Amino acid sequence: MLKLEARANPSTLMSWLSPVFALLLTVLCGVILFVALGKNPLEGLAAFFWEPISNLQGWAEVGVKVTPLLLIAVGLAVCYRASVFNIGAEGQLVLGAIAGGWAALHMNDGGNTGGAAMIAVALVAGMLGGMFWAAITTVLRDRFNTNEILVSLMLVYVAQLLLSYLVHGILMDPDGANFPQSKLLDDSFLLPIIMQGTRLHFGIVLALLASGLGWVFLSRSFSGFKLQVGGMAPLAARYAGFSSRKSLWTSMMICGALAGLAGVCEVLGPVGQLTPTISPGYGFAAIIVAYVGRLHPIGVIFSSFIMALFYIGGELSQSRLGMPNAITGVFQGILLFSLLACDVLIHYRMRWGK
Amino acid sequence: MLAALGLLINEKSGVVNLGAEGMMLVAAIIGFATAVNTDSVFLGFAAGAFAGMVLAGFFALLTVWLGTNQYATGLALSLFGSGASAYIGINYVGNSLQNGKHGVPLLEDIPFIGTALFRQHPMAYLAMLLCAAIIWFLYRTRAGLVLRAVGESPSSAHSLGYKVRRIRLYALLFGGACCGLAGAYMSLVYTPLWSEGMTAGRGWIALALTTFATWRPARVMIGAYLFGGVTILTFYMQGLGVAIASQLLSMLPYLATIVVLVLISRNANWIKLNMPASLGKNFTPH
Repeated sequence: MLKLEARANPSTLMSWLSPVFALLLTVLCGVILFVALGKNPLEGLAAFFWEPISNLQGWAEVGVKVTPLLLIAVGLAVCYRASVFNIGAEGQLVLGAIAGGWAALHMNDGGNTGGAAMIAVALVAGMLGGMFWAAITTVLRDRFNTNEILVSLMLVYVAQLLLSYLVHGILMDPDGANFPQSKLLDDSFLLPIIMQGTRLHFGIVLALLASGLGWVFLSRSFSGFKLQVGGMAPLAARYAGFSSRKSLWTSMMICGALAGLAGVCEVLGPVGQLTPTISPGYGFAAIIVAYVGRLHPIGVIFSSFIMALFYIGGELSQSRLGMPNAITGVFQGILLFSLLACDVLIHYRMRWGK
Repeated sequence: MLAALGLLINEKSGVVNLGAEGMMLVAAIIGFATAVNTDSVFLGFAAGAFAGMVLAGFFALLTVWLGTNQYATGLALSLFGSGASAYIGINYVGNSLQNGKHGVPLLEDIPFIGTALFRQHPMAYLAMLLCAAIIWFLYRTRAGLVLRAVGESPSSAHSLGYKVRRIRLYALLFGGACCGLAGAYMSLVYTPLWSEGMTAGRGWIALALTTFATWRPARVMIGAYLFGGVTILTFYMQGLGVAIASQLLSMLPYLATIVVLVLISRNANWIKLNMPASLGKNFTPH
């Protein structure tokens, strides 16, 4: 029988390297997958890990994908550290997109000229939208003790249907040939492009800022400390008089705001209008990003970079090798599996015995 | 309902499998592919159940033996399942569209669930039988007692000489097979075609059902019929031309799930009394 023995001192270095091992394992699985499908594995790997970063345009595209992933993952890291298993970030993102997008469209229709102040209003509206959606889950958890995993997930479906309803109805572009999408926002309402000739927009700055603030909050503030104690040792936190309700609310509101911000950044950034499919599952991918980044606001910068590569690699391998785009999802799943398994081997050593 | 019954067994043994959605999706496509290729619905179900078991076995390896976090691993399984099923299913999306007529004759004699309440697919009856069998197993047999003991207190079961991890593995495999059957049912009978992400959160609803039923098999069945009823109701309301957008109607099952969860969870003590005491906790024998 296989036995696990706890290591006395799990190496800190190794626990940081674990995501790297997990990535290598994922690449290995990728090679096997490519070979099994009769594709050239080198070509496949090149599409995933080299081409996206071989030129400036590619870097910019990666940045576009990093933005929402990083924003959400920072929020999720805060949540998971408090042992609040919010997996409905996707829904919070959609609500952020609705609220922010709606606000921007409304101002646009009002004949306003856009500009920084209007964009800021839309961004805040998006954050409030995300917070509102997160608040539903939180109230139910706080008042009625419902399971936040299930409720937040159910709300994802509700949010997507709500968005679909709106763009089929009141928000539909009257000149849009009945396509279920809103009007295109005027350029003056879009987030400024920070690298000429690419799609890289101001959102990436916000995302990096969020990551920095997240780090300050978690490791340098008292309320961040209380929140983590509550996550790791609920009884100790209660003994110390830290309110578990407060940390539930704090972490959920942070996460909701960031996910909502991610949503509105998508609308005011690369998309430029409201469509029924505003996000290709960023909210779910960000769960993996958060874990691979060790639930650390700085660590998630690296993991969101890798996950962005997966997204672009999936698109590239679709156009180059005729591989289905869904391969991105497969890789994401394998990555999280490998990470969990690697972590075990770092904390335990395996022994064969009785 | 099948999925929920399977998960019930899992959770009675103290393991939460959040991968239900992924298992159902993979089983749905595997079952569908098998049925299309072999012209046999039965083989389709068998393949679906097998696919569910393989994934559950993998999940068991990670959580029960390697002791990974059950929530995170389950999530990974769900994400992986939806990706993998979409990936396998690519060829079958076109297939079902072009040869839509090919898939259907095979299932022609099977009425859709809900159109005729008294003439349902054999699987629906199988599910009822299964429910009865599970009640008998859990509360009337020695093995069922052991299973519940493992869920309540793995360390005391272990000290009595029961193989906690092996029992949990069996429970997980059974749950996987049930989710597999449920997934195959979705693609073979319910819609007879494959589309990406077709289970639309039913795996998660099944998880909610086990909570709703406070971990009692009979109540799972009642709950499943309630949810089925809400879903069918939305179709009927659309058919009757009720002036509500289809998207708003489609929200009903999810909203109903939330409402029910709220009603059930409101009383914390009640949940605590019925929930397997070591649900979600890993166990490593020393």
